[in-house]
Amino acid sequence: MASTSPSLTLKCYHCGEECEDSCLFVEDKPFCCQGCKLVYEVLSENDLCIYYELESHPGESQKKKSTQTNRFDYLDDPDTQLKLLDFKNENESHVTFYVPLIHCASCIWLLENLYQVHSGVIYSRVDFLKKKVQVKFNPEKISLKELVNLLSTLGYEPKINLSNLEKKTESVADKATVLKLAVAGFCFGNMMLFSVPEYFSEAKLMAPNFRGLFNYLNVVLALPIVLYSATDYYRSAWNSLKQRQINMDVPIVLGIIALFFYSLWEIFIFGNAGYMDSLGGLLFFLLLGKIYQQKTYATLEFDRDYKSYFPIAVTRMVQDQEEVIPLTKLEVGDIILVRDEELIPADSILLSAHANIDYSFVTGEEVPVPKQKGELIYAGGRQKGEPVLLTIQKSPSQGYLTDLWNNESFEKGKEKLLEPLSTKISGVFTWSVLSIAFVALVFWSFTDLSLGVKAFTSVLIVACPCALAMSTPFTLGNTLRVFGRSKFYLKNASVVERLALIDTVVFDKTGTLTDPANAKVYFEGETLTLESRGILKALVSRSTHPLSNRINLWLGHVPLKKIDQFQEIKGKGIQGIYNQQKILLGSREFAGYRSQVDDSPGNKVFLTIEGMEMGCFHIQSGMREGASGVVKRLDPNYQLHLLSGDHPHELGALQENLGKHLSYNFLQSPTDKLNYLKTLNSKGNKSLMIGDGLNDAGALQESEVGVAVTDRVSHFSPASDAILDAESFYKIPDYLDFAKKSRTIIKLSFGLSFLYNLVGISLAVQGLLSPVICAVLMPLSSISVVVFTTLATNLVAWRKGLLTHK
Amino acid sequence: MEVIFLLIAISLILAVTFLYLFFKAMKGGQFEDDYTPSIRILFDNHKKSTKDQPTKPKSYE
Repeated sequence: MASTSPSLTLKCYHCGEECEDSCLFVEDKPFCCQGCKLVYEVLSENDLCIYYELESHPGESQKKKSTQTNRFDYLDDPDTQLKLLDFKNENESHVTFYVPLIHCASCIWLLENLYQVHSGVIYSRVDFLKKKVQVKFNPEKISLKELVNLLSTLGYEPKINLSNLEKKTESVADKATVLKLAVAGFCFGNMMLFSVPEYFSEAKLMAPNFRGLFNYLNVVLALPIVLYSATDYYRSAWNSLKQRQINMDVPIVLGIIALFFYSLWEIFIFGNAGYMDSLGGLLFFLLLGKIYQQKTYATLEFDRDYKSYFPIAVTRMVQDQEEVIPLTKLEVGDIILVRDEELIPADSILLSAHANIDYSFVTGEEVPVPKQKGELIYAGGRQKGEPVLLTIQKSPSQGYLTDLWNNESFEKGKEKLLEPLSTKISGVFTWSVLSIAFVALVFWSFTDLSLGVKAFTSVLIVACPCALAMSTPFTLGNTLRVFGRSKFYLKNASVVERLALIDTVVFDKTGTLTDPANAKVYFEGETLTLESRGILKALVSRSTHPLSNRINLWLGHVPLKKIDQFQEIKGKGIQGIYNQQKILLGSREFAGYRSQVDDSPGNKVFLTIEGMEMGCFHIQSGMREGASGVVKRLDPNYQLHLLSGDHPHELGALQENLGKHLSYNFLQSPTDKLNYLKTLNSKGNKSLMIGDGLNDAGALQESEVGVAVTDRVSHFSPASDAILDAESFYKIPDYLDFAKKSRTIIKLSFGLSFLYNLVGISLAVQGLLSPVICAVLMPLSSISVVVFTTLATNLVAWRKGLLTHK
Repeated sequence: MEVIFLLIAISLILAVTFLYLFFKAMKGGQFEDDYTPSIRILFDNHKKSTKDQPTKPKSYE
């Protein structure tokens, strides 16, 4: 009866998995499978066993690895090679691979010591957080294909997909901003030093040549700021003016120009100090704010489309001969072979008798769907089980799913849709400042023209949009960080502003509101004894099928029974022998079950023991934890919609859980979902779409803010504005509320900076402005605004409980 | 007091040198991956203690 045989306690030396049935030994080290053993042998041959010392069981199980040896043949294609390589000359090629399996120190060590395994590798470097490895190799000694094969043998198969092939335009913008900040900081710091005498009344005590020298040095130091650091602002202001708009950068540029030329005039004509230090401070703080706002999540990708998931090559059958071709060369009518765990790249018709397609990728539902010969299979499904033959009906870019990406919604960027708060205000701000300046000019001109000119420029100088321009980036930047800490990752800061204006929330059903892991299971039939539960548990715990996992969870903790001749027939079921009785668990045909059972939605798993019909498991996907709470909390303030690709038979159960205020929509194809959002938009609604699968990609794109829910953040998610960790799903109402609050904070800090401007301008119109006042007022206003926004956002976040667990 | 001219020159040259070094570090990619080196630095000790491996991969070819 004891289920723990000694072999169960042995752990594979390579991957740490329990060696279940057969154990392979090298020296005294156990291995769970051939693959793991092979990796160990390669490593020990090359004296690289430190790999196993750095971490215990550092490897990844090699059981599920594809054994198809020709799957990298497409890498011999020169076109494909050219697209993949970063650099190439006669005796050196550089390539960067994405290797999702990098997970520990041992991985880094091994991958950086590749040159010890093969002499063709010159150098390799791992970026752990991005899970990337850059390899420099000698193409004469090792071809790209051999290199990928080598990595794959070691258990680090790189992931190569179509979007790798389209040359990535890595943004150098962030880097440039940092350099501009460095220059601004350098110049600002030195200018401050040279201006210190001016701040006190000691300037008159200095020898005149010092004063002149300091002023001229300030001019020299101001040049890099005006000519280099500030260039982004000129560009942005010019672009905005061209579109007959006034964004925040227009008053900034106005201020820069006024400061610079007025200071030049002061310094060269009158030998006065000028305001160059204030100019430096302005740019320094502005650039600081800009960088603070640019929070990026290097490990997350927000812009993935279907190309990131689709395989790069497929196996085509030509006169019963297999050949591996790049996906781009696939044509309608081709016959392709799709193996276990491979993705179907294009809409096609099944030629083999049976297939078992897992659409989790597309719909979020992970239980495979059985398909018969002649049925149309949509792209994006994953075959589970025996290899199948398919004939291509549509080219990969024209399928049911991929058609979405040809929709115009994917052409336009979202950022242009919403006018940020700061743009609205800056228009008013610029016009008020200009009119105040002119009024001051006219007013003083009657008595003293030079005083009038001074008042005019003083107003332009002191009406510093610095505090104004900084309140937005610092508030949004901090909000972004708070969201990130509570596992809600936003693509960029503008998403916060859009989130604050949401009035409609649209949910996808499967995988978003429902959680496959939270399934409802009930058993119809004979009462299960503790013994039979133990038998079932022993069976299902060996299978990786999602339904097995759900039954396993339902069974709870029962002592395992010993099962012999366990077998899993993919797509059909599992079987085993207990006390000479054959136990079958699986589909109706597999189990040989003939009696009628309750007609319920969801999946059914039948159980027979030696031909005796024992009963049937009904498995329905349950609601995600907190889903009904989220809906209830959102209900008073938002319009709620639900979109589902399924049949409406679950409507009753859904209404029970979520209430009747939602508008329920069933049988929605990916394009229907997109159009639904379009209709909402045309009615003027600001919609938030929450979805998870590729079938929501269109809707996510069309919505004002699209949020992808995923259980494993770094794994799969369609293109979206934000990625939400599924365990934080219940916080959605808090997120929306927090986004609204941070918009309020921006408004308040605008008020604060207006206050400063009021003081500054009231001095300026009287012609009383001096470099000292300017030098004090500018940093003071900037810093106090930064402190205010940071404290306020943190306080709100803390009250909402968004900061509680890091 | 004239020594101030000299001091200013020196201080500016020093500051410009630091700025230049920062630019160089930035271009050299020192700020791109700030996590992996923290692990990598632990390896060399391991390597030396077990076997004398050439740390510079350049020794091939």
